[in-house]
Amino acid sequence: MSKEPIHIRTPLTRETNESLQTGDVVLLSGVLFTARDAAHARIKKAIENDEPLPFDPEGQVVYFTGPAPARPGHALGPAGPTTASRMDPYSPLLIERGLKGMVGKGLRSEAVLSSMREHGCLYFGAVEGTAALLADRVKEAEVVAYEDLGAEAVRRLVVEDFPVVVVNDLRGGDLYREGRERWRRRRAR
Amino acid sequence: MREIEAATVTKAVRDLCIEANTELPESHLKALRRAHEAEESPLGREVIERLLQNAEVAKERCVAFCQDTGYAVFFVEAGDRVRVKDGTLGGAIDEGVRRGYKEGYLRKSIVRSPIDRTNTGDNTPAVVYHEPVPGDRLKLTMLVKGAGCDNMSALKMLTPADGVEAMKDFVVETIEKAGPNASPPVTVGVGIGGPFEKAALLAKKALTRPSGEPNPDPELAELEEELLDRINATGIGPAGYGGTQTALAVHVESFPTHIAAFPVAVNLDCHSHRTASVQL
Repeated sequence: MSKEPIHIRTPLTRETNESLQTGDVVLLSGVLFTARDAAHARIKKAIENDEPLPFDPEGQVVYFTGPAPARPGHALGPAGPTTASRMDPYSPLLIERGLKGMVGKGLRSEAVLSSMREHGCLYFGAVEGTAALLADRVKEAEVVAYEDLGAEAVRRLVVEDFPVVVVNDLRGGDLYREGRERWRRRRAR
Repeated sequence: MREIEAATVTKAVRDLCIEANTELPESHLKALRRAHEAEESPLGREVIERLLQNAEVAKERCVAFCQDTGYAVFFVEAGDRVRVKDGTLGGAIDEGVRRGYKEGYLRKSIVRSPIDRTNTGDNTPAVVYHEPVPGDRLKLTMLVKGAGCDNMSALKMLTPADGVEAMKDFVVETIEKAGPNASPPVTVGVGIGGPFEKAALLAKKALTRPSGEPNPDPELAELEEELLDRINATGIGPAGYGGTQTALAVHVESFPTHIAAFPVAVNLDCHSHRTASVQL
């Protein structure tokens, strides 16, 4: 946004992720998989029962969103990011299996952050509440698993120039912490 | 006694659901534009710019500007000389929500129980707060309440000895704790007084006031200003990326309380601040 955006194509690799840092504005193109609360709970169960996952996490990016229904003629209804911390209990399971990116909003737990650093996964922020604009960047959308979950089903999206910001990089950078420190007014009235 | 057909209420509620989810109130757009000018962080300014752009696109295409089209919360002021005929008020509101969420392509986010978690499929039941007033009018104010920001709300039972300063600190601490999760710049509803549940209800109702319109009580208006200043000093900023505009407005509502009590509740609304009302 304020910096020149960096164009990145998914799937992501550890090398690509190492080149990015907190505050970088990135335009993602390629595939994103949507999953949120109920889908993550099922993924956990599938892992526990040694059942197949809805997609192979290696190199993939998960977008925490539950879109609104699409109007006829649209690939996807409005789809902004949801609060990522609700996925904290599950994210390390996917990160250990090769997941290289997550798109959401809000704070992550220390356990997730350390798993990300260990396995080379990034956390990106999308601007919450810009659901109509973000849906415009989605060119294709199909449900690939858990259709009965409706908005929470796992969808495979093909996106073009999907705007995100690097919130947590692999060097321990944290845009939320750094941004807050930078703009905090020390002597409040 | 004035009579209003249940079907009239249903139609009005259907329209409110679609309007509230696709058009930001003018007072809120003004507050966002003002925050855009005031924001010192370049990244923060761009976040607000996107929000304004998103609002335009949503209105133009009549699509929801946030995918979380929330709980359908209604504050109903029902005159003592008005009644609903050919149905009940509650039934008419639910039917309006059912239609509005279907016909407006809005997301159905309500599950039958917090334990069972099966989606009700039509975003009902609506959450209705009923307030008896004199007269023959029926006023419905809808608040679309997303869960991301609602989850960051808090309530504390202070004691009289804790005093006003502890109340202010609790409000600011709640915002600090919420950080980016509540989707700033937020609107902050604060309820003080009453018993436990009244404070929470006041905090929610405070969110339906036009953005930035001060409380008519000058003492409370001053409190609102002081809290807004302290919240904007936290540095959280738009989307939590850092900045000077963390909240657009603080609305405080107060109610008489018990000699032994000082409840304070904080209810947050994200930057998609969705409210609309109609008088029948």
